[in-house]
Order: sequence, then C-alpha cells, then structure tokens
Amino acid sequence: MVLQSTGMDPYLTVAETLELFGGYYPSPRSPEEIMELVGLTEKADVRVTKLSGGQQRRLDVGVGLAGDPDLLFLDEPTTGFDPGARRSAWDMIKNLAATGKTIFLTTHFMDEAQYLADRVAIIAGGRIIAEGPPETLAGRDSATTIIRFKPGDGVALPGPVMATAREAGELLEFTTANPVHFLHELTGWALAHKVALEGLEVSRPSLEDVYLELTRAGDPDETEIEEEVS
Amino acid sequence: MSSMGLVLRQVRFTNKAFWRNPAAAFFTFAFPLLFLVIFTTLFGSAGITINGNDVSVATFYITGIAAFSVITACYTNIAMSLTFARDLGVLKRVKGTPLPGWAYLAARMIHAVVIAILLVVICLVFGMLLYDAALPAASIPAFIVTLAVGAACFSALGMAVTTIVPNADAAPAIVNATILPLLFVSDVFIPLQDPPAWLDVVGKIFPVRHFSEAMQQVFFPPAGSSGFAATHLAVLAAWGALGLLVAVRRFSWEPRR
Repeated sequence: MVLQSTGMDPYLTVAETLELFGGYYPSPRSPEEIMELVGLTEKADVRVTKLSGGQQRRLDVGVGLAGDPDLLFLDEPTTGFDPGARRSAWDMIKNLAATGKTIFLTTHFMDEAQYLADRVAIIAGGRIIAEGPPETLAGRDSATTIIRFKPGDGVALPGPVMATAREAGELLEFTTANPVHFLHELTGWALAHKVALEGLEVSRPSLEDVYLELTRAGDPDETEIEEEVS
Repeated sequence: MSSMGLVLRQVRFTNKAFWRNPAAAFFTFAFPLLFLVIFTTLFGSAGITINGNDVSVATFYITGIAAFSVITACYTNIAMSLTFARDLGVLKRVKGTPLPGWAYLAARMIHAVVIAILLVVICLVFGMLLYDAALPAASIPAFIVTLAVGAACFSALGMAVTTIVPNADAAPAIVNATILPLLFVSDVFIPLQDPPAWLDVVGKIFPVRHFSEAMQQVFFPPAGSSGFAATHLAVLAAWGALGLLVAVRRFSWEPRR
C-alpha cells in the first residue's frame, strides 16, 4: 500500500530504508532489486531527506514493494510531478506490471489512466459509473469520429461532403460514424484536385472527454479514476 | 525472526537515525553533558549535606545530571521523536507492515534507555575523575534498580504525553513546559534547601523529585543503607503505570493535526 504521505525516517539512506522495511516481511525483495525497479540505484547511499520529491515518491513505491506483494495499491503516485518525473514514474509502473504484479492505482490524470491501465473504472459520488479497458470505456470505440482540416482556397468540396460540414474557427469539422469511407472519399478528392488538406486531424473522444461527459451530472470534486494494471 | 530479534533490529536502525539527526543528538546527548560541566564548574566547590553525608556540590550535580540525563533521554527524546515520526507519517506506515506496534515502541524505549545509561556512565566517570565522586559498592544493586525504574517511568510518560501533543510544531513547547519547571524545583538543577511548603508538595506529587532523591539515596546512602529508596521507587512505578495506561489507551499512530 503506497499512501500519499511519505512516512519514512529522513535520516536513513535509501538502501537502509528498503532493508529496514524488508525485514518486516517473511520473504522480502532485496533492496538492490527494488532500487533497480524504481530507478534509485544511484541514490542507494543518499539520505531520504536529500532526495527530490519525485525520488521520495519512488522510494515510497519501493517501500511498498519491500514485502514483495502480488497486489500493489498506489494512491495518486504522480501528483505534483513535473512532466519528466511523471514519465519516469510511468516507466517504473510499466516495469512493475511487467514483473506480473497487479497494480491498483488512483489518479486524476486521464492521460495517466490511458497510458498505464489495462482496465479503468470511473468513480463519482462513491460509485463506479463506468468500467472497462481505456480504449472502449463507455463506448469510446463506437463513438463518432471527428475529422478537421483547413479548407483550401478556390476549390469547392464535393456537395455531399460539404453538406455535413461545420465551421470550427479556421477549420472545417465533420463528424462521421464511418471514418474509413469518409477519409477515402476526402483524400481521393484532395489528390485529384491537388488540395493540401492543411491541418488534417482525425480524432475520437479522449478518455478525458468521456470522463467529463460521464461526470457532468455529479460533483466534480468527488470523482476519481481507479485503474488497474496487471 | 523472533520478537526479540525484530525489536533489536529496530533498535539498530533507530540508533543509526538518532546520531544522524543533529537536533536529537545535541539536545538528548550533548545538552546534559554541557549542563554537567557548567553546574559543577560554577557551583562545585561549595559543600552540602545529603542524608547525613557531607559532600561537595559537584558530586550533588553528578547525581542531579545523571537523573536529568535519564529524563531527557527517555521523556523528552521519546516524546519529541514519536511526535515527529507521527507527523511525518512514519508511525502510520510502520503500522501498515507486519511489525507489531509494541515492537516498534519497545525498540524506541530500549534505544532511549541505552542512551540514558551511556549518559549516566559518562556523568559517573566525569565525577570520579574530576571530583572524587564514587558509587558505593553496596549501592550497585540499588543503582541498577533505580535507573531501570526511572527509565521505564519516564519512557512511559514520554509516550503518554504524545497523546496531548497536537502536532510536531507544538511538541517542543509542550514537552519542555511539562518538564523544565519540575527540573528546577526537584533537586536536579538546584539543590533544594528548605523549600516553601507548596513547593515541597509539588515535588512530592510529581515524579522528578522522587527520581532525583532516589538517585541521591544510591550515591549518598544514610549510614548502613543499601541505597534503595522504596517510597520514591514506588511513586515512580505508579507514575510509570499511569503513563503506560494513558499511552496504551490513547496512543495515536496517525497524525492528529
């Protein structure tokens, strides 16, 4: 279990802390192995108090691994991290998952859930309101696709395509349930007429869009994403 | 690992962290020794009569600072370090491991007692070398028992006082406020000579004076005595039991704020 607060003796070194906590469990994982996993090997002899916030958080996770658990709970493991530190924390979590551990983590970051999780559950008001793999959560996969691009000068779009267009700032926006067919028509036309289709963009609703959609009714402060990596 | 093995292992790590923490090492360890040198140098040459023995004030201070050492190492040190560990979430974290809570606290206590013994021995050696102080051979059993009862009593009280400390910021104020005044009126820093009646009552209620006088009994026993101060030891044991009861009932492993 890795809680949000740190909770380690500031005057012990990284290696000592892991050795101390390992000793509490019947079959501990070795400090060297843990430092490798959480990327603190070079900090082995540095005292906890001298570690950066991100390094302390990684040691936190390391302490959670001291007893070699099969199931690990991480409570918002990257809150307050800069993008670099977040990336390395993500790599660490991927590493852990690759060793066959089940990881249960909570987060407020949709990109984090999208990147790490095999399964995601969205909790609002204390209840799970959606659950599934991030790719298909709440029908993301079957939702309509949005296609945007900047219209070229002079050449008019074919009539049937133009009929479904909306203007979104400088861009033209289309929604379609059949993106393959639509794109085939669009790009075929563009090639034939030598139109560049500047800023062409094909997107589906992100996990964030799904989340906002699902939680719009509830109090946004009470929602949380739970995810599972295994 | 056996329970005792677990506790001793924890003592080892507690000890490592202790010496690396400048505040803990200074206030717990260097402070009493500083007081010892200052008091004996300033007031050491005068004479004083304790239990019918004429001794120098310097040797009085050997016993006084020995008592003070036990009190800082056990009461002050345990109360402060536990409150800080509680605020940092260390206690909560330890509670989430298979290590039994009592083993963690026992380790803290054993470590405190080891520090206390080390300090008392330094006081004693200092007194023997510079002031011809001596521990009467007949008093050695009483010395060990008095030290053990005092250390246990003040350790228990140190744990008990954490239950009224809201957070680490308040710890130094509350811990010092509960102990410093007593140290001044309990025959520790200043030899008590004909104190006013109310001060006498205060001294008789709280454990500090019982401890310092039990120590004096060990070093300066009345003629024919083996140095045991039964009444003082009984009062100390009662305070220790009370402290333990409060600690067991109300000790918090989570930050209180």
